Amino acid sequence: MDFGFKLSPSSAVNLDNVNLEKFEELHRMEPDVYKCMACGSCSSTCPAGRFSGMSLRKVILALQRGKEKEATAMMRNCMLCGKCTMVCPRGINTRHLILSICRIYNGEEK
Amino acid sequence: MKENIVIIGGGIAGMEAASRLLDLGYKPIIIEKSGRLGGHVAEWNRLFPDMTPASDVVNALTARSSEANIFLNTEISFVNKLKDSYNIMLSNGISIITKIILVTTGFSLFDAAKKEEYGYGIYDQVITNKDLEHWFNTGDDARVSNCGMNAVGFVHCVGSRDEKARNSQCSKVCCITAVKQAIELKQKFPDAMVYCFYMDLRMFGKKYEDFYISAQRDYGVRFIRGRVSEVSENIDGRVIVKAEDTLSGKPVKVTLDLLVLMAGMVCNPDSTRVANMASLPVDSDGFLKSRDNIADIIDSPKDGVFYAGACTGPKTVPETLAEARAAALRIHLYIKGME
Repeated sequence: MDFGFKLSPSSAVNLDNVNLEKFEELHRMEPDVYKCMACGSCSSTCPAGRFSGMSLRKVILALQRGKEKEATAMMRNCMLCGKCTMVCPRGINTRHLILSICRIYNGEEK
Repeated sequence: MKENIVIIGGGIAGMEAASRLLDLGYKPIIIEKSGRLGGHVAEWNRLFPDMTPASDVVNALTARSSEANIFLNTEISFVNKLKDSYNIMLSNGISIITKIILVTTGFSLFDAAKKEEYGYGIYDQVITNKDLEHWFNTGDDARVSNCGMNAVGFVHCVGSRDEKARNSQCSKVCCITAVKQAIELKQKFPDAMVYCFYMDLRMFGKKYEDFYISAQRDYGVRFIRGRVSEVSENIDGRVIVKAEDTLSGKPVKVTLDLLVLMAGMVCNPDSTRVANMASLPVDSDGFLKSRDNIADIIDSPKDGVFYAGACTGPKTVPETLAEARAAALRIHLYIKGME
């Protein structure tokens, strides 16, 4: 039935409904993922970021908030150049982390 | 009162402890590596949050501790542990037998050139917090005096909270120092745009938050939450800074006349050298290890060896002075206990 208007779904993050199973799997593979302090070094140095919206900082946050679609869409723009690994002050192996995210969230074998 | 007390380091901690020990009737010996007392504070211009001239603090301490035996330009050659005392050999050939050592060797400023991506030592318009204080004191720095001063940036956490630089600790005072220096630059150059690139602002001390609010409201300092990832130079010799504005989620780029790096505190290599000679342990953060980090911060695990100030971790001036007073009292009670 068309009422001439519709309700758009709430954009609020409901942490009660967030399924973190995959993120916990990621954390087991990449314990350093929790070391991120969201400083944005990776995103500001990312050559793909300016044009495509790729931001590893946002990906890590989105995954923890259950926004997996948003995160995987961003991840498709990563060129695996590894610049983020060079600048991360916490020494996270971000390139390896990105590959692990792809493995877990895209269900790829490799 | 004949007990020798050797204070290693003539910064504010060493001077404050010496002056209190003099009050208690002792005659402490200060050993200072450089040619003057006052340490890092003597190189600063004004201190937060009341803009107290650093020279006031240093001059008052120098006057109060002048009765101590002071050896300038003197280093420790070696320390020998005797049965119940230490034999300290100085570089000037004097040797001292003492039962009490107070380590006040303080910190070193992180070498900003190690963070190559920020361009210190590569680009002319990149300076450190210490260089800026030097300019406040002397007005003698062509990099600051000759630039247009339309836009200035401060990079927080340079060599702090940085595991790659092997300094994971927060240096504690750089946030508030950056706010102070930003205000001072705005006072001198009201039309300049001043940016602070920070990750977290840690305004923990008395009146720090007021200082921060004043920087925003009264001086219009712009705070951008994001770590600077790289700095480059343009054809005019100005510097281009790239960071992510993590709050808007967008990369930001800004061209600046001057970039100030807030170099953090790291353990003084001389502290580690003294620690090695006296077999004192080093904590997991690279600073000297106290007997207990809560209850006994001024006690080393060795009998008769005490600490005060930034040799055990980054500290503010009032914290350092408080520790020095506590150490003086601790030494007094220790000597009473020996009698």
